[in-house]
Amino acid sequence: MKTGKQSSEEELFVSGHRACHGCGMAVTVRHVLKATGSDVIVVTPTGCLETFTSPYGYSPWRVPWIHHVFENGPSIASGVAAALKAQGRDHVRVLVIGGDGATFDIGFGALSGMLERGDDVLYICVDNGAYMNTGGQRSGASPMFSSTTTDPAGTRSLGKIERKKDLPGIIAAHGVPYVATASPAYSKDLEKKVKKAMQYHGPRYIQIDTPCPTVWGFPSDRTLEVGRFGVTSGLVPLFEMEDGKITSVRKVKNKIPVEEYLKAQKRFKHLFDSEKGRDAVRKIQALADENVEKFGL
Amino acid sequence: MHTTEVLEGSQAVALAVKACRPQVVSAYPISPQTHIVEALAGMIANGEMDSQYVRVESEFSAASVVSGASAAGSRSYTASSSQGLLLMTEVLYASAGMRLPFVMTGVNRAISAPITIQVDHQDTVSLRDAGLIQFYVESSQEAYDTHIAAFKIAEDPSIMLPVLVCMDGWILTHSYERISMIGQEEVDGFLPPFRPANFLDVNDPKTWGSYAEEDVLMEFRYAIHLAMQRGKRRIKEIFSELAGITGRDHGGLIEAYRTEDAEVILVAMGSVVGTIKESIDKLRSQGRRVGLIKIRCYRPFPFEDILGSIAGAKVVAVLDANFSMGSEGALGMDLKAKVCGRPGAPLVIDFVAGLGGREVNEERILEIVEKAEEMERFGLPLDESYWVGLDPDRVP
Amino acid sequence: MRISVGAVVPGGTSREYKTGSWRDKRPVIDEDLCRKCGICESVCPDSAVHEKDELYEIDYDYCKGCGLCAYECPADAIQMVREEK
Repeated sequence: MKTGKQSSEEELFVSGHRACHGCGMAVTVRHVLKATGSDVIVVTPTGCLETFTSPYGYSPWRVPWIHHVFENGPSIASGVAAALKAQGRDHVRVLVIGGDGATFDIGFGALSGMLERGDDVLYICVDNGAYMNTGGQRSGASPMFSSTTTDPAGTRSLGKIERKKDLPGIIAAHGVPYVATASPAYSKDLEKKVKKAMQYHGPRYIQIDTPCPTVWGFPSDRTLEVGRFGVTSGLVPLFEMEDGKITSVRKVKNKIPVEEYLKAQKRFKHLFDSEKGRDAVRKIQALADENVEKFGL
Repeated sequence: MHTTEVLEGSQAVALAVKACRPQVVSAYPISPQTHIVEALAGMIANGEMDSQYVRVESEFSAASVVSGASAAGSRSYTASSSQGLLLMTEVLYASAGMRLPFVMTGVNRAISAPITIQVDHQDTVSLRDAGLIQFYVESSQEAYDTHIAAFKIAEDPSIMLPVLVCMDGWILTHSYERISMIGQEEVDGFLPPFRPANFLDVNDPKTWGSYAEEDVLMEFRYAIHLAMQRGKRRIKEIFSELAGITGRDHGGLIEAYRTEDAEVILVAMGSVVGTIKESIDKLRSQGRRVGLIKIRCYRPFPFEDILGSIAGAKVVAVLDANFSMGSEGALGMDLKAKVCGRPGAPLVIDFVAGLGGREVNEERILEIVEKAEEMERFGLPLDESYWVGLDPDRVP
Repeated sequence: MRISVGAVVPGGTSREYKTGSWRDKRPVIDEDLCRKCGICESVCPDSAVHEKDELYEIDYDYCKGCGLCAYECPADAIQMVREEK
């Protein structure tokens, strides 16, 4: 069996970056750039990805790359896209690769503006469900009942009680040509989606679930397994939406109960030592079942 | 081919910007900047201007769009005022740090709270630490000329910093002046296309926005300061070069007006300078030895030129249309920092004048001159800035 | 060394920092078991597995020893072995 092979000379995200052992984002970025090729300019807002790839003098990015500030990934990208248009550099495309903190929260306004204007940018959110760069604080993308450092589990708390913001849905409501979700555990699917997104012009969004061994709390070799559990439990549905309609769904043949996903991670361990916790697990299962129903998983 | 037209100040700025052929323009509306960005939009809509115009959802994004465009190698422009300028602050610091050149108009307006559309310089002065070059203009004609010079200054390889051209809202942007304009060929000859050494290029991939540790951070900060200090000469050269084309010389980093034998010298920036010049002419005709230093370039602070011009004076009265709460006006502090301790230095007094749009008329200018002379006779500096026209009894 | 203007640096320079020192376990590929599927190369977060003459080899200068290649290998051809310092 051969998967997408690539010689080391073609690698656009090279060794030597400072990501944690087993970082889901690092695996993901390699696949994204394999799919886009080198004629891209990448914008990354402040976050883990930015920090581990840019200590001064040590950059793994073999594509032009700019980090500006936290809130403006989308608007820097809009500016780059406008410049490319003005200069007639048609074959060069613009990507944002940013974390959930920047995308769901602090950069949300800028993202909405970019989408509304129809700017030709592919926005990829590497979503690990918290502000990981700063130690794992709660974000709008943190899953329900996960424990984060600013919304921790405790005697009076089960962690975050709010649902994860449905950003793909919000983005699709802007009327953009392409929205998808993906996972590095299904790398061929991920690359296919990126390639498809690159066929379109205008604003496109791919949300990629990137497990984080360091803060989610699992051994560094289980990153893709945890990613698989997320998908096969139904909590991380993989789909594509084109012009607002769901056009493809990756069905899950052998569904697993959410418990298998939750038990694999320390950030959910508080759900397994009380009745309230078990009740929360049932609620999470209901979320998964809702996805199965909604997407036809 | 020079033309002359009676134009609204905003229109003059828009025409100057148009002539400089920015590839990307981005703005978010805020009074009193709106007429400039509307004029640009209108010209693009009518095919008179060939720029990408990015209609953003906030000033944070406006500053970001021009920053991204600059990094990608395009000449870019934005404008804002007051609250909008403050919202841009984080972006502007980062762009100065990354040495991304672009030109911005700061249409001066006072800052909330209370919210107002009155005019003072608090907004642009608040940005003085960021690493932007700052010019303040006296008239709409000067605004026209200065914007053209601004692009060349920003993009100069030895400078590579954003340039902020400050002009008083309403007073300049919404009033009409006879504006003399130069031809497109003359602007093209003066301002070649933007060709930065570093830009986002797939053929030569580079990384912008690295994080740095304490072993290099101070040097990066110093690099901006050094670019500004060295830039003083280049700024003067560029102003001079443009003056040769336009036939109008507004001066270098400062304009020294009737300072040669002045005993009292006022220091000010912005449109109030016009009123001050008239007051000085009147006082001079009465035999009083008064002069003015008009600050054209606020950052970098042209202290060498100022010191040269205040050499013989007994007292310097700085007019600040801004105030650093708990301390003094910024221009006053900047000047005192350089004057203090120098042999033969005149007394420097800080006057808060025009804050919140309170009118600085001839009467108040006279009050400033007389207060300055009084303090000079007294021989000691004031403990506090002198707030011109303040009614302290209304303050609980 | 002089700083660059605006802290702009060339891309690909991370290779000057050898992350191999982060390891406490190293992956070892059994060439006989290897099916040459390339999954190890695909899953490595650090681009530290390279195809060479139809086989796969680990670049120990950069391998952090995360174990993903070993865990994901469908042939169980990669073992994580304690690093000897």
